[in-house]
Amino acid sequence: MSKFDFPPSIKSRPVYGTLTAREGNGHLFIADAHGAEAILDVATPEMMANAHIIYIPRGESFGDKLRALNPAQYYEGPSYAASVTRIQRVLQDAKMGLQVYLTGTEGLMGQAQNEAMQAGIPHTAIQTEHRGSVARRMQCVHCKGITEDVETDPFVCSHCGLNLFVRDHYSRRLAAYQGVCIDAEDPGNVPAAKGIYE
Amino acid sequence: MSAAPQKAKAGAERIDVTVSAVVPLNDLVTRFEFQRRDGADFPPFSGGAHTVVEMKDGDRSRLNPYSLMSDPADLSTYAISVRRDDQGRGGSLYMHNNVSQGDDMVITYPVNLFSLDLRAKKHVFLAGGIGITPFMAMIEQLERSNGNWELHYSVRSADLGTYTDVLTYKYPNKVHVYIDDQNQAIDLETLLDGQPLGTHAYVCGPKGMIDWVHATGSKMGWPDENVHSEEFLAPAPGEPFEVRLCKSDKTITVGENESLLEAIERAGVDAPFLCRGGSCGQCETDVVASDGEFIHRDHWLEEEDHASGKKIMPCVSRFIGKQLELDR
Ligand code: FES
Repeated sequence: MSKFDFPPSIKSRPVYGTLTAREGNGHLFIADAHGAEAILDVATPEMMANAHIIYIPRGESFGDKLRALNPAQYYEGPSYAASVTRIQRVLQDAKMGLQVYLTGTEGLMGQAQNEAMQAGIPHTAIQTEHRGSVARRMQCVHCKGITEDVETDPFVCSHCGLNLFVRDHYSRRLAAYQGVCIDAEDPGNVPAAKGIYE
Repeated sequence: MSAAPQKAKAGAERIDVTVSAVVPLNDLVTRFEFQRRDGADFPPFSGGAHTVVEMKDGDRSRLNPYSLMSDPADLSTYAISVRRDDQGRGGSLYMHNNVSQGDDMVITYPVNLFSLDLRAKKHVFLAGGIGITPFMAMIEQLERSNGNWELHYSVRSADLGTYTDVLTYKYPNKVHVYIDDQNQAIDLETLLDGQPLGTHAYVCGPKGMIDWVHATGSKMGWPDENVHSEEFLAPAPGEPFEVRLCKSDKTITVGENESLLEAIERAGVDAPFLCRGGSCGQCETDVVASDGEFIHRDHWLEEEDHASGKKIMPCVSRFIGKQLELDR
């Protein structure tokens, strides 16, 4: 899948890079869906000898290819929620020198980055590469509920039902963009939903 | 620049103090303790902070930064420990030879450019010689909050191991002393290897030691943000040079043994500063015109800035050449 070029935006919006191999005593890869392709691009046998891959396929079938890289440890989880305790455990036992590589959707990278930061890695030292869906993880600023995989702007909050405008204002702590009621002044006056980057 | 309130004079605010004790610790190092002349408490500080001590040395006024090494919880006293440097520019010699108990002095409010990262899961301190001083305050601060720390302290000889006695007595399991002339050395790779994720390392000592810790850390995959260092540069002597201060409309000559900042101050021009050691960024000055070569020694400017010839840090950097004009 080709990579998407996010349009330039406000400072709050995360920017993603391209994974590169770094020196370290261990390599932790956390990826979902098409993020597998970024791992396949960067992997070397030396890295894989000390690598732990945590992969959430989300319907994609890269699992066999990743396994064929022969990482020291490989785990495939059905969802991020199902994998997060493993991620926390791996980080809790990890030593300085561990390199963290996050790739796939923004929601996956944001949440995994949060775990890595809480474990003591500065966010600037965590590598990310966006692949696959450009859907966003959104927080409703009104009810605080999170709606995953939002593809359109505006969208309806899956918790309180308000019509929300998709902002580029991002919270690293919540790993979510902010959604703000679009028809507060004039209830019912909601523009037609379109793709976030259309 | 931040919107700090306009101050009457450059540098941090001054405090009038009396020297309450002068305690020689070994052949080279003496501790100086200060109390406020107005009897009030000192402002609170955090481990790693320094104060700038003003010395009236004849008609020359010296301003030298020293790490506060007293317990941050005790605000009745500030203490610094000064290593005598016989080859230095004279500040430490002045302290050793001219300052005695009961003297009045002026020091500045504390400024911290080397603070603990309190998000750290563990703090590893690496000290070389007199580089122990900021860690003395950091250790007391962490002990109060039950912080997780260890100290690796390298000294030239057992006799010159300033504070090794108190430290090993109080914290026998956390303090590791390495004595140079007994061929003991910090095994840095082994030490950094296997530290828990979220460990921060702090190094204070000679430049070679600082570079060694940064280089070994990055080789072992430590993020730069987790390796902290402090090195106060003393301004280096050099060939005298002439400088035109455009805003003040003055032309001055920087002497061999003074810094550009000191020469500017001597001419009665109030120039900003905090650390006087090339690390805080406060003294950054724009170059209006130049014909010659800059000797940049600071840790503040980016390499591009150094190469551009458009900026200089007058507290530590110099110039060789025909002409230098500053926006000051
Ligand atoms: S006074 Fe701090 S860098 Fe010059």
